[in-house]
Amino acid sequence: MRFNVLEHQLVPEHRLVAEEEAERVLKAMKITRDQLPKIRKSDPVIQVLEKIEGPIEEGRIVRVTRVSGTAGVSEAYRLVIGR
Amino acid sequence: MMSSMRGVTKRIASIKFALLSPDEIRRMSATKIITADTYDDDGFPIDMGLMDSHLGVIEPGLRCKTCGGKVDDCPGHFGHIDLAMPVIHVGYVKDIKKLLQATCRKCGRLLLTRQQAMEYIAEMEQVEELGGDVTEVGYVTKETAREAQKRQRCPHCGEEQGKITLDKPTTFREDGHKLTPKEVRERLERIPNEDLRVLGMNPEVARPEWMVLTALLVPPVTVRPSITLESGDRSEDDLTHKLVDVLRINQRLRENRDAGAPQLIVEDLWELLQYHVTTYFDNQTSGIPPARHRSGRPLKTLVQRLKGKEGRFRSNLSGKRVNFSARTVISPDPILSINEVGVPVEAARELTVPVHVQSYNQELVKTWVKRGPTPLGAFGEYAPGVNYVIRPDGRRIRVTEKNAEVVAEAVEIGYTVERQLVDGDIVLFNRQPSLHRMSMMAHEVRVMPHKTFRFNLAVCPPYNADFDGDEMNLHVLQSEEARAEARVLMRVQEHILSPRFGGPVIGGIHDHITGSFLLTHKESKFTREEVTYILSKIDIRDLPPPDVKKGGKEFWSGKALFSAILPKDLSMTFKSSIAPKGDIGLKELKEEDSLVVIKDGVVASGTIDENAVGAFKGKIVDKLARDYGPDAAREFIDKATKMAIGAIMIRGFTTGIDDEDIPEEAKKQIADVLKAAIEKVEGLVESYKRGELEQMPGRSLEETLEVEAMKILGRARDQAGQIAGKHLGIENSAVIMARSGARGSMLNLSQMAGSIGQQAVRGERLSRGYWNRTLPHFKKGDLGAEAKGFVKSSYKSGLHPTEYFFHAMGGREGLVDTAVRTSRSGYMQRRLINALEDLKVKEDGTVRNTADTIIQFKFGEDGVDPSRSVQGRAVDIDDILQEVLGEEPSWKERLREQEMASYGLTEKDMYVEISEEEVEVEEEEPPSEE
Repeated sequence: MRFNVLEHQLVPEHRLVAEEEAERVLKAMKITRDQLPKIRKSDPVIQVLEKIEGPIEEGRIVRVTRVSGTAGVSEAYRLVIGR
Repeated sequence: MMSSMRGVTKRIASIKFALLSPDEIRRMSATKIITADTYDDDGFPIDMGLMDSHLGVIEPGLRCKTCGGKVDDCPGHFGHIDLAMPVIHVGYVKDIKKLLQATCRKCGRLLLTRQQAMEYIAEMEQVEELGGDVTEVGYVTKETAREAQKRQRCPHCGEEQGKITLDKPTTFREDGHKLTPKEVRERLERIPNEDLRVLGMNPEVARPEWMVLTALLVPPVTVRPSITLESGDRSEDDLTHKLVDVLRINQRLRENRDAGAPQLIVEDLWELLQYHVTTYFDNQTSGIPPARHRSGRPLKTLVQRLKGKEGRFRSNLSGKRVNFSARTVISPDPILSINEVGVPVEAARELTVPVHVQSYNQELVKTWVKRGPTPLGAFGEYAPGVNYVIRPDGRRIRVTEKNAEVVAEAVEIGYTVERQLVDGDIVLFNRQPSLHRMSMMAHEVRVMPHKTFRFNLAVCPPYNADFDGDEMNLHVLQSEEARAEARVLMRVQEHILSPRFGGPVIGGIHDHITGSFLLTHKESKFTREEVTYILSKIDIRDLPPPDVKKGGKEFWSGKALFSAILPKDLSMTFKSSIAPKGDIGLKELKEEDSLVVIKDGVVASGTIDENAVGAFKGKIVDKLARDYGPDAAREFIDKATKMAIGAIMIRGFTTGIDDEDIPEEAKKQIADVLKAAIEKVEGLVESYKRGELEQMPGRSLEETLEVEAMKILGRARDQAGQIAGKHLGIENSAVIMARSGARGSMLNLSQMAGSIGQQAVRGERLSRGYWNRTLPHFKKGDLGAEAKGFVKSSYKSGLHPTEYFFHAMGGREGLVDTAVRTSRSGYMQRRLINALEDLKVKEDGTVRNTADTIIQFKFGEDGVDPSRSVQGRAVDIDDILQEVLGEEPSWKERLREQEMASYGLTEKDMYVEISEEEVEVEEEEPPSEE
């Protein structure tokens, strides 16, 4: 890895969500995992997260915290998928 | 019948695509076709010919020999042609190429080790498990094929692999020498089933050798009906023509082959057969000439029927023609409310609303029916009639003058009658291109004489309509739910605020703005007679008390008249459009009467113009729509525009080229300024030639010269405009329009009165044309102002021939730009809408698609409806504070806030004009630029 993409100003904050919290979030939104937007395991962001958190299996959830022009801060979730 | 169908919805679980095997083709075929002839001398279809009556019937009276049905009962049946030699199906060449390259040339196995194959299968299964759709699985198989193609030697039999290339459109070569379709088919046959699964094919329904045709399916005659001309001659469908070609060559090929003709001749015929079969599928295959009709027109074959804007998908499936709709020319009617639309009597008589007969309306409906289809009221005016009565069994009875009485008697509960339009019916009104939701709004009907649709001018901006021949469509809603929904969601008054930028799109235009200006500017006052005239246009019966009494005469100020239509508790402060630009003091603002102060519904000062009532910029319209609701806003727009028109009609308003007259003195001044500028540029050129020009950082010497020259000449044009502007006062009609924001700009005026200025192409001074010069009127290498496109003259004085040419050069760029922009933005819009069409905001605020997967966790990340936002923000804190605390901020504070909030939008920014004829767009490829 040449550099840490998470440090780039255009890349929003990504965090791995703990399994129990993930369950909570899904329950609160009344959705199943496959309804979430996806992110590939090969995505540079996940590569960086794996350096920090250790291997991330498919099916884990990542929280994306964006600084938004309209809402100030907004949170989104992504499901980690293969490849 | 219809009611039982309603409410039954089913979800398609999956769609499977498969190939037709030759066996299946023969099994589904009603007859084999062997002769290229269609009809015999008596006009009857020839057996085993292309129009064989086993294939269905197109002539009334005849019966289908396969199913026995008549014209409308028989759906038609397929036939087939046995091809003498196999040919490649153009639609599958890409797949054939992939398969040939990915499998062994000798043993037919996939060029991957067992281990690798297993890995790819596992990956495919995994993608499917995680909810991956067909396209995602497709990526895996593509990757598999790519990997297999890389291998030089077969891992199973050890065969060295030749290089397979595709000679477009349908010729395959191995290491340069041709592979016949027969050889290709043999190779495909060798690929084992389990290897196909790895490549993403299901061999049970799609064996690859079926991509090389040995039998050709012939569509039913109902798909390619022949038409009989008045002369009695038959004219066949393009598809039939193509099939005739295929049959003829097929026959010749078979004869020659069986007779043992030389290889060369057989091969030629085989290639010809390939050509005909290829063009039968797609007559626009690149690399081969399209098959033509005798007249020279290219034939419309299978692919052409489906593809493009006129194809089956876009024109018959995505878009359909509908009943209960009308289209005609539009014209303006300032008397109508913005919510209304004028419908011609002739259209109103054709367009109907279904009315269900119940106990409460049975008698009323009977009287309607009794009046027949063309009733008139007591004064000979329009009254709605009934065109059809529909019985509960679904039978429609046409109501005529003659049978009206009888039919009316028969009307009972449970019947439906189709009543003609009446005033107040709600209809949808639309103008193409429908670029945003305001392109289709609900209006209330007003039936009127004459032949055009009419609507209020304030509604022109959202439709982007004018009256130079524009036509618009009207749709009559057919169900109570639809009408209720349209009234609540689609009515014009609900769309005054645009979701595009959270400001008004409906409001005064052109004369409305000029009129408001004339009504309210400075101490405008009106006599009793004039006031009665203006107020008669709106619903005010009592004259307000006069503001001024002078010499025994009473006068009313325009500001007081305008105040009469404002809500009594409205307070606001803003700058008029006529306010001088830049940071200016309160004194100057007041001097120009350009600081609008409204206190408790009374205009205390300021001129009402574009910034108050205009579409896009009207602050009063904005505030009313936001704080007082759509009803109040609609009423205000209706009244303000009518009053403005009353005011402009009293004074009268005109403009002509003499509005740009300036004194000789000023003309001389302008000439001097321009001459000085030109000389200055000459001086610049001199110093450049001497090499004394000081280079700008990051620019070459030439660029520095250009930039400097542009700067000088631009300034000169502005100065000329200023000099001219000094002599054009606010009493000048053209200036009134420009300053108030009604039409035109001060720049336009200075180009008419002062100087047109530098012409540019791609932002640079003109330079191309002849060798080292723009025109032969100048010396080679002349870098002076006039030689490179500076136009000294004004539009009024007229242009010199060279200037005229330069002006045309500059003008052309604008035309080309818009032409390119429209096609490109139209294509982009199409792609965008195709991608977003199934997205929807759900009850929980998330944006989801039809698969119910989340696209956005909260609409727009903040959940705010932009049309209800204040310039993009959810709440206007200052406004609320002011209202709650009752404190009036200083005018300067207030203005500063507004300037921060306003985007400085103009009407031009709102639209990219889209030409009537949208450029033909291919499904996947962007339109080419030629």
